[in-house]
Amino acid sequence: MLRLLLTLLLMLPLASQASEGEFFLSAKPAEQARLLEGWAAQPDAARLGLLENLRQGRIAEGDTRKVRLNNRLRGLIDNALASHQLLSDNNDARLAAAQQLQKSAQPAQMAFLDRRFANEADPAVHAALGLALANLQLGAGEPAVRLAAVRLLGETGDPVARTRLEALLQPGVESDAGVRTAAETSLAQVKRKLLVGELLGQAFSGLSLGSILLLAALGLAITFGLLGVINMAHGEMLMLGAYSTYMVQVLLQRYAPGAIEFYPLIALPVAFAVSAGVGMALERTVIRHLYGRPLETLLATWGISLILIQAIRLIFGAQNVEVSNPAWLSGGVQLLPNLVLPYNRLVIIGFALAVVLLTWLLLNRTRLGLNVRAVTQNRNMAACCGVSTGRVDMLAFGLGSGIAGLGGVALSQVGNVGPDLGQSYIIDSFLVVVLGGVGQLAGSLWAAFGLGIANKLLEPQIGAVLGKILILALIILFIQKRPQGLFALKGRVID
Amino acid sequence: MNQPLLVTASQKAGPRLSLAIGTVVVLLLLALPLLSLLPADHALQVSAYTLTLVGKILCYAIVALALDLVWGYAGLLSLGHGLFFALGGYAMGMYLMRQAAGDGLPGFMTFLSWTELPWYWAGTQHFAWALCLVVLAPGLLALVFGFFAFRSRIKGVYFSIMTQALTFAGMLLFFRNETGFGGNNGFTSFRTILGFDIAAQGTRAVLFLLTVGLLLASLYLCWRLTTSKFGRLLTAVRDAENRLMFCGYDPRGFKLLVWVLSAVLCGLAGALYVPQVGIINPSEMSPTNSIEAAVWVALGGRGTLIGPLLGAGLVNGMKSWFTVAFPEYWLFFLGALFILVTLYLPKGVVGLLKKRSQP
Repeated sequence: MLRLLLTLLLMLPLASQASEGEFFLSAKPAEQARLLEGWAAQPDAARLGLLENLRQGRIAEGDTRKVRLNNRLRGLIDNALASHQLLSDNNDARLAAAQQLQKSAQPAQMAFLDRRFANEADPAVHAALGLALANLQLGAGEPAVRLAAVRLLGETGDPVARTRLEALLQPGVESDAGVRTAAETSLAQVKRKLLVGELLGQAFSGLSLGSILLLAALGLAITFGLLGVINMAHGEMLMLGAYSTYMVQVLLQRYAPGAIEFYPLIALPVAFAVSAGVGMALERTVIRHLYGRPLETLLATWGISLILIQAIRLIFGAQNVEVSNPAWLSGGVQLLPNLVLPYNRLVIIGFALAVVLLTWLLLNRTRLGLNVRAVTQNRNMAACCGVSTGRVDMLAFGLGSGIAGLGGVALSQVGNVGPDLGQSYIIDSFLVVVLGGVGQLAGSLWAAFGLGIANKLLEPQIGAVLGKILILALIILFIQKRPQGLFALKGRVID
Repeated sequence: MNQPLLVTASQKAGPRLSLAIGTVVVLLLLALPLLSLLPADHALQVSAYTLTLVGKILCYAIVALALDLVWGYAGLLSLGHGLFFALGGYAMGMYLMRQAAGDGLPGFMTFLSWTELPWYWAGTQHFAWALCLVVLAPGLLALVFGFFAFRSRIKGVYFSIMTQALTFAGMLLFFRNETGFGGNNGFTSFRTILGFDIAAQGTRAVLFLLTVGLLLASLYLCWRLTTSKFGRLLTAVRDAENRLMFCGYDPRGFKLLVWVLSAVLCGLAGALYVPQVGIINPSEMSPTNSIEAAVWVALGGRGTLIGPLLGAGLVNGMKSWFTVAFPEYWLFFLGALFILVTLYLPKGVVGLLKKRSQP
């Protein structure tokens, strides 16, 4: 008997929820709106399920009766739902709810928000709730409340706060002089914080561009330092790497859908092998015959790049192919209200640095690296000492192309993959090599990140194109001072 | 003997035959515009299409000659000559646009709802000033770039890369609508030049004759330059710049002079190209175009004066045939041309022809 009673008691909330749903369904739209506003002002944890169902256009799972909703009701449902989610134990859910309330909260919810604000322990949610509350208080009757709200808004760095404060400063909106001056100082504060976020964001996209340039230019710097030739087909090695990634993705989708999450990792060795293989084949068949004639090599490799581009165009079509981000590379970390760092770009920065480290280890801690450095410094002397320069050339060319292939995998995660992919990066990576000097990893590193950040910082000020032209002019002027690049090998050889 | 018959024949014949062939070619070129004036049903009539095509190739031949002057003789491979060509073309295009627009603004400006001409358009309604611009724009740019580049002794592949970046930057700049040169559509739909209808056969014929004249004049100029002491100095710059400096010469002045001269020649070629072809847009500045010019010179033969003309004619002739017959394989062919010429024909077609006469 007791157990029956207890069961009934437990079922009570469910029953009340069901009846609320029925009531909502039978109500007229105006009453439904009033109901939702009431629920939003006084949330009850038991009502969460109903609201979630209402958002789907039904009152309970499995119930076939449709609830008719207009846009206003949908907005109210979202608002009420957010209000209810504030009661959740999950920090992320509360944060999302508070951010929703910043946009949609109604004056009736003020008392509830005040209570939650006082009890909130998580700092991020606390700040977001404070902002939502301040938004509401701006419409309050007493100037003192509005003043407090304006001051609170000044402490956040949110773009929403800026629009609110700007709206408040419009003539005829705010009557109280004290609130107006406070709003002006708060606006200045918010703008300062937003500026910090913007600058950090630009610096980050500069780092991101720099890491891609680094991956593109690293191999170029090695081959240029070693052979003294510019490989115009280097951009196409990037493209081959990106298309290898695409092929790996397609093949995994067809034959091993379970491993699709990790296809970029599988694509890394594949892309390295494809690009390095093509690079070594080119070295053996074409470039080897042109040593000592750098300008001719430049033209011949340009011919190779034309052929590679057209071949890819015939095989895969002239359109871009679709390479998707796996789930673990999508999304990002939100550092400031207006600064989100995407995971894929973060991973690429780390990846580029790891590649530089590996290349450094390879060049400085292995036999092959020793040989490469010897041939770079003095080819004839190295040959006299028994270094097989032809083999070193081939392997180093393969290494340079392989690094470009790795760069292609990275590029496929942030940009479009099409036959012209390499062309858009080749001139910038040449400039990195020119600026950084030859055969020095440190030079390429500084030049790539420097160019990337300079590009991105100049872009919003004077536009992308003028920024590029300015950078080119700066490089030409820079070379006046340091003709051999940032980090030059000192030698006494002259022809 | 597994060489083509033609090659063997010309090798045997020596310089007298070459001179004779040259004269015949020049006479043919001079006759072409006159033939185009014949009535349409005449058997010898040359169509406007052919005349435009040949005129275009002649303009390219001037570019090839200019490039050969800096690459073949002074050893500076420029991958940015398309920029100078396009600048000359744009200068002429500004005049043509003003002619077409009459007293109003050019069409693309009214489309952007601009109310007045930018300052650099001032005076472009006068043909004489437009001609000055044709020379000044590429010349001054080359002067400034060359001054800085040669001062810091940028050479070899570094120089090539910088020139390529320069033309790339120029292309980006001209692609912008705000630059005031018609954005990516460029200039087109010209009507008159000096009051003459630009599409009339007579005007076309005169423009063609002017192109032939310019080609011959620049050929003569280059010939005089390269056979003089100045030419020998240029070759010395190419082959051993440091040793030249140790001999007491300062190579910067020579390089700058030949570099600016080459840019001006390109600008003039561009100015004749635009009224004949009827359009100029920023894609003329794309690095691809400039590097293609290098293969004309390489195929014809560097360090000779006839080679570049031959190369420009051959490659562009093949291009207009290929892009109609097998459009998808043109790039394969061009790429293979780049590779094969550098691997097997380092001295170009002219080198092949000369091989026998200088055993």
